[in-house]
Amino acid sequence: MGAPVRFDVGLLVAKLPDLINALGVTIWVWLVSLAGACVIGFAVAVARRYGPRWLDWLLLAYVEVFRGTPFLVQLYLLYFGGPYMGLSLDALPAGLMALSVYGGAYFSEVFRLGFEAVPRGHVEAAECAGLSRAQIVRRILLPEMAVLVLPASVNLAVSLLKDTSVLSVITVQELTFTAAAIGTEFYAFVEALFALALGYWAIVEIAAALGRVVERRLARFAVS
Amino acid sequence: MTVQLFGLLVEAALYTILISAISILLGITIGMGVASARASSNPALAWPARVYVSFFRGVPLLVQLLVIYNLLPAIGVNVPSEVAAVAGLSLCTSAYQAENLRGGFMSVPKGLLESADMLGLTPWQQLVRIRAPIAFRLTLPAVVNEAILILKASSLVSVVGVVELTKMAADLANSTYLPIQLYSAAGLLYFLINRVVAGLGALAERRLSWGRR
Repeated sequence: MGAPVRFDVGLLVAKLPDLINALGVTIWVWLVSLAGACVIGFAVAVARRYGPRWLDWLLLAYVEVFRGTPFLVQLYLLYFGGPYMGLSLDALPAGLMALSVYGGAYFSEVFRLGFEAVPRGHVEAAECAGLSRAQIVRRILLPEMAVLVLPASVNLAVSLLKDTSVLSVITVQELTFTAAAIGTEFYAFVEALFALALGYWAIVEIAAALGRVVERRLARFAVS
Repeated sequence: MTVQLFGLLVEAALYTILISAISILLGITIGMGVASARASSNPALAWPARVYVSFFRGVPLLVQLLVIYNLLPAIGVNVPSEVAAVAGLSLCTSAYQAENLRGGFMSVPKGLLESADMLGLTPWQQLVRIRAPIAFRLTLPAVVNEAILILKASSLVSVVGVVELTKMAADLANSTYLPIQLYSAAGLLYFLINRVVAGLGALAERRLSWGRR
């Protein structure tokens, strides 16, 4: 065992504005890529359900490839391989794009299972009651699906939040990148990483708690 | 891309498999301890286990790896980056496995335990012959799933300097200017490994499905 552990609270206080700024970037990146992943996932799920057979196979390949390979490799391929394919992106747009496409593969599976889980009888009952197709989708399918997919979606959203830390590797200046930079600059890894771990822990717990609130609010649509 | 480059990737993939396998086994072992602590009626055991699970599931793996990699030298413990990597992966996955195992143990039907009690089995016999086998069977799909997640997550240990598949692909991409080919090949290898693990998991599930239906 070596030198006593140094813990400089003053440094953390001095760097707090930078860290809070970087936390804002992390949350912004998370929300943008979460929205992108939901849109892609929903489009893929709908296309696989209602589209032609060949499209279903193509999208199945997309889902399997992006769920079967590490996100870091996908990110490297886009960011470092992209320029060779005529797709030169800065770190931030590359990160947002990679995270959305990666998350979209997972969300599409959640939505697909959600569509399948809505009881057929409910749709048939709505048809008998004379609801139009658009009404059935809007008032029966979507609300019931939303409740069914919510727990899995919350889990996915939280894991996407944690995945934003990987973007630090391609120099997106979010929380992990900023804290690591502070650690290197002042040789204060203990302080910086301590703050970093606590910061993520807090936002992940808050996000999970928000998810539980929404789940309770939507419970009135629950399929019994 | 040449055969020689691909050979280097395959070699590195074996290293990825080794690191992941050790981490998964350690993770299940630690996870069992944490799961039993969490199920304990003693709050002095249950609460730390709860915080442990919440922390390791709440902090990104990359951050955990950076913490372990930088913290150990700061308190005077110098370990190779491979050890830090395996420690980080094991701790992270153990929290998830603890939750999987807890779910499995809670789903063991009460009636079976009551009958075992009636037949005069000791608590230890009940654990070894009734609870553990059934819980293991119920948990298996989740455990295999977690193993695949760890295989993919092991790519992150490249960031702390362990030369596994991702790091090898990155190093080769930097020196050959063939990033598309190398990262695609690395992705393909990960994909194949995952498929094999998933296949083995499905096989094990069929083998273990005695007594049902």
